Amino acid sequence: MDMPTDMPRAHEDYASLVQDDRVHTSLYKDPAIFDEEMERIFKNTWVWVAHASEVPGKNTFKKSFVGKQPVIVTRDKEEKIHVLLNRCRHRAATVCEKKAGKTSVFVCPYHGWSYNLDGKLRSVPHASVYGEGFDKDEFPLVSLRTEQYNGMIFATFRDDIEPLEDFLGSAKKWIDLFMKQGAGYPVKTLGEHQFRFPGNWKIQLENTTDAYHFPIVHKTFLDSLDAETGNVFDVLGRGGWVEDLGHGHSVMVMMPELVDLEENLEAPIPERFADLAEELRGEGYSDHEVRRIVRAVGGGGFNLNLFPNVACSMAFFRVLRPVSVDETEIRHIAIGMDGGPEAGNRMRMRLHEHFQGPMGFGSPDDAEGWERVQRGSAAGDDLWILVNRGQAPIIGHAAGDHVTDVSAETGMRAAYQEWKRMMSA
Amino acid sequence: MSTTEMTRSDLAAITLEEASAFIWHEAELLDRQDYKAWLPLFTPDGLYVIPIEREAEDRAGELNIAYDDAEMRAMRVKRLKSGFSISSAPSARTVRTTSRFVLEEAPDGGVLVRCAQMLVEYKFERTRVIGADVTYHLVRTGEGLRMARKEILLLNSDDPLWGIGYLF
Repeated sequence: MDMPTDMPRAHEDYASLVQDDRVHTSLYKDPAIFDEEMERIFKNTWVWVAHASEVPGKNTFKKSFVGKQPVIVTRDKEEKIHVLLNRCRHRAATVCEKKAGKTSVFVCPYHGWSYNLDGKLRSVPHASVYGEGFDKDEFPLVSLRTEQYNGMIFATFRDDIEPLEDFLGSAKKWIDLFMKQGAGYPVKTLGEHQFRFPGNWKIQLENTTDAYHFPIVHKTFLDSLDAETGNVFDVLGRGGWVEDLGHGHSVMVMMPELVDLEENLEAPIPERFADLAEELRGEGYSDHEVRRIVRAVGGGGFNLNLFPNVACSMAFFRVLRPVSVDETEIRHIAIGMDGGPEAGNRMRMRLHEHFQGPMGFGSPDDAEGWERVQRGSAAGDDLWILVNRGQAPIIGHAAGDHVTDVSAETGMRAAYQEWKRMMSA
Repeated sequence: MSTTEMTRSDLAAITLEEASAFIWHEAELLDRQDYKAWLPLFTPDGLYVIPIEREAEDRAGELNIAYDDAEMRAMRVKRLKSGFSISSAPSARTVRTTSRFVLEEAPDGGVLVRCAQMLVEYKFERTRVIGADVTYHLVRTGEGLRMARKEILLLNSDDPLWGIGYLF
């Protein structure tokens, strides 16, 4: 007889499903494991909810999620950021169904309870019927612990875990490098592509640290580039590397020359940016500014994968949201320069559209590949998913003695070891 | 055809009958995925736009699902027909109908046609329906009607879609 899937597993069972070089297929398809992940991972760590520019001023908000729970990210009238559960404390109705905007109050549409942007319950219609013992202070919107680093806003259900900066650890350096795409201006979001695929969230998590697939899955994207740009996107052939950053985070450097966008400013401007450079010069930007902006517009050369739900991926934020064991939602958030030249931001959007989103030259093929993984995992209940590629460090690499080949599955192993730690804690 | 006649025919108003015949022909080409025949239906500076934002302000200044000039369209068609894109080899099958035509004169010549499109796609034993408001800017040329712009506002443009390996 099969074990009922809703039977809680012992913690050591989860540990046995992740080995150093492989993970068990049930991680993609067992609904009971998915439910436990929502509890043990998404309610026990820092989860990315927004970029600071998405709540750009006083009394602004945007909707988001922490795991499966809908939240509202707000900036109150004192400019303090809050992450609030999107649930009226009376009878649970959502208090906000607008994606983002500006307001000073959330009014529940059902019975009219109203809340400030810091979550405080402001007023209750016909309150006297509750009697004298009713205290509004007892029923604010539930507020999660919220911290931010360099514009990245995270929330957690846990008051007793490490501060965000400790959680990010050595990933912070890479976040700082990533934000150089502002070219000296603050980074702001420029819109987002959203799509779903019928597959487990960890398939997408793996993909952000998978250079091995790039020349295969993205052949048609590569074929659409000019020779100079195609050479830049030869991701397996440029001496890149993958590095485990701890806490399940990892970085995959595909274009080492594009790690620090403030270096090599004297290098020739690539042909595809010649028109942009000309336009910027015409607008009166100095040669140094033009070079800095053009280099930033081209995007970064690495994917920083932050466990469990966000990546700083070359030139955009890649956010995943687990919907069910075999359904995942992805957002590709474009970024640009807040206050920078419009021509630069327009070019960034066109470059983003070229690869990303439901009809980009890259994302649909990724999504098809991920769906094929989920479909294939229906076969072979006892088989394992291999993540054993490139375990030995590269000898004598400039980035250090611990780094592995750019196509190594080091980032996946790092994420799965964190999964194992959290699922068996 | 003389130059004088050309000019006269350029200026003749585009009728509903002509516009709907053009749009149905285009729809049939797209369902058959005869993209090579579809490309010349645009003017050389024509735009193919699939927006995200519901309210049109400045599509060029916004992120879109697609914002294609002639070069991008040609590259897109090459990609979809190459056989190397797993999402389009094969793509979902599609059947679309277009109706509810409303014509008005375009300020800079030709006509704007606003219409409704219902598209059904099928792949992996899964059927999906997508509605869209489509706006054509049609102009008359020596070769017949051409699209100066086609903008497809999907009903769910600002919510999650999925990998799409065909053209709207």
